[in-house]
Amino acid sequence: MENRILMKGNHAVSEGAIQAGCLAYFGYPITPQNEITAYMAKRMGEEGRIFIQAESEIAAINMVFGASLAGARAMTSSSSPGISLKQEGISYMVGCELPGVIVNIQRGGPGLGNISGAQGDYFQATRGGGHGDYYLIVLAPASVQEMYDLAGEAFDLADKYRNPVIVLADGILGQMLEPVNIVKQNSRVNYRTKKDWILDGCKGRKPRMVRSLLMDEGALEVHNWKLNEKYEMMRKSEVRVEKENLEDAELVLVGYGTSARICKEAMETARQRGMRVGLVRPITLWPFPEKVIAKNADRLKGFLVVEMSLGQMVEDVRLGASGKCPVYFYGRPGGGIPEVDVILDKIEKILR
Amino acid sequence: MKKLFSRPESLTPKRNLYCPGCGHGIVHRLIAEVIDELGVRERTIGVAPVGCAVFVYDYWNFDVTEAAHGRPPAVATGIKRVLSDRIVFTYQGDGDLAAIGTAETIHAANRGENITIIFINNGVYGMTGGQMAPTTLVAQKTATTPLGRDPKIAGYPIKISEALGQLEGTVYIERVAVNSPKNTIKAKRAIKKAFQTQLGNKGFSLVEVLSMCPTGWEVSPVEALRWIEEKMIPTFPLGVIKDKT
Repeated sequence: MENRILMKGNHAVSEGAIQAGCLAYFGYPITPQNEITAYMAKRMGEEGRIFIQAESEIAAINMVFGASLAGARAMTSSSSPGISLKQEGISYMVGCELPGVIVNIQRGGPGLGNISGAQGDYFQATRGGGHGDYYLIVLAPASVQEMYDLAGEAFDLADKYRNPVIVLADGILGQMLEPVNIVKQNSRVNYRTKKDWILDGCKGRKPRMVRSLLMDEGALEVHNWKLNEKYEMMRKSEVRVEKENLEDAELVLVGYGTSARICKEAMETARQRGMRVGLVRPITLWPFPEKVIAKNADRLKGFLVVEMSLGQMVEDVRLGASGKCPVYFYGRPGGGIPEVDVILDKIEKILR
Repeated sequence: MKKLFSRPESLTPKRNLYCPGCGHGIVHRLIAEVIDELGVRERTIGVAPVGCAVFVYDYWNFDVTEAAHGRPPAVATGIKRVLSDRIVFTYQGDGDLAAIGTAETIHAANRGENITIIFINNGVYGMTGGQMAPTTLVAQKTATTPLGRDPKIAGYPIKISEALGQLEGTVYIERVAVNSPKNTIKAKRAIKKAFQTQLGNKGFSLVEVLSMCPTGWEVSPVEALRWIEEKMIPTFPLGVIKDKT
């Protein structure tokens, strides 16, 4: 069944989670993601599923931890300052190999910052974020449709790897209205069967434990190597990227989420003016599509990375390019929105 | 010949790592006996704390998860909401429950979560080397109150069970001790009642157990038993704090 309706990004990511079989949602109010908690309060009730407004973001992520180890598809959402608070719980979930979905509708920082859309949490999301040595798959939607689609994808990936997944959007995507094709995903709802690691009482089997504490000599190193095999598999199998006009491009714009939409407009205008510009839009920020960058670096006059930050993803593009071509950067922090005209100016200067 | 005494099925044969005279082993056993007697071992999920009892999943013969320091009530909430017909309980020390996890404790209680908390109050942080706990007595010496706890600097021992008793969401709260056979029998009775409260879907239950930490208090195991009687109980009186069962 398919249904096309006009939706806010925050509602789309919520409905996407519900259609993917999210059984338990735990949240705490923070702007600009409040539509998620309110939508979930209403819809999870209608579906007879679990909704709790937690006492804090810390409690919310730990409720996700509990629901997940009990076998449920579980989710929490927040915006940047609240995501910082969840980092402890996310680290524990990775250590305990518990799946779960965390949605970050980024706002300006540091500190309390402001409530505008921003992309300042890239490092936090793609470098683990909490203590210890770990990675999460980070999905970056760039439209309201993708907010819906990637919510479902996030649950599948979390279950596949028994590792939390972050959906990294921003306040603009959260508040934006766009048409969405709502696909009822009934196939995803029967997820609870066949999880042979959950704690649901030891009837007919030996007791199980869920833990990340490994004190025996060498045990934690062994555990980390085992987790690393999953990260390696994610690097190999889960890279998602949108590429446009790379075939003849002299300069390639690189942006994700809202920045990618702005890049796309700049690319189209540049093409109309006869400049051969392409676009790389990472959909997974981790694993980062570094091969696409590496493969094209030799023949390009450069990459221009556009971000709503002081420059974070630009480091991954530099790593991918490995000095084979220049990597330029244009960004605005603190809720500033990159402008198409500025991007065009920079393109002209680089290609001149 | 009739068997009068044996290890409960809910307790593993693994030797515990606790210091001589520690109360944790007694309370672990009481919980195991209660779970056996109620016949719920195969549908119980325990939540372990951070602190000396962090390895409790090695000692109990049923499903147990770890939780971050202070977060067991939130973790237990997540489990119980998903598996409402299972028995879900947390085992937490004073630092876990009444310092770093105060918010999680109070709000799980206030939501009236149908879970059980076994709260071990020994007035000191054992695992990290005997620092002040929120329940450390006035004038009690610890690694971080070398001159004794001075209320002007470090405040007062927190009576969290009494505070929780004020919340409408709580159903059964009792404070017990394990410093004598008589008190231990009473402690077991309270723990059983707490689990029965949950089994009857009546709501939130908590048993605070005054427990010995001879190492943290720098006294002998025998002196530790007296220490509870003479020093802790005057500040933390035993008895039922709330019973709406």
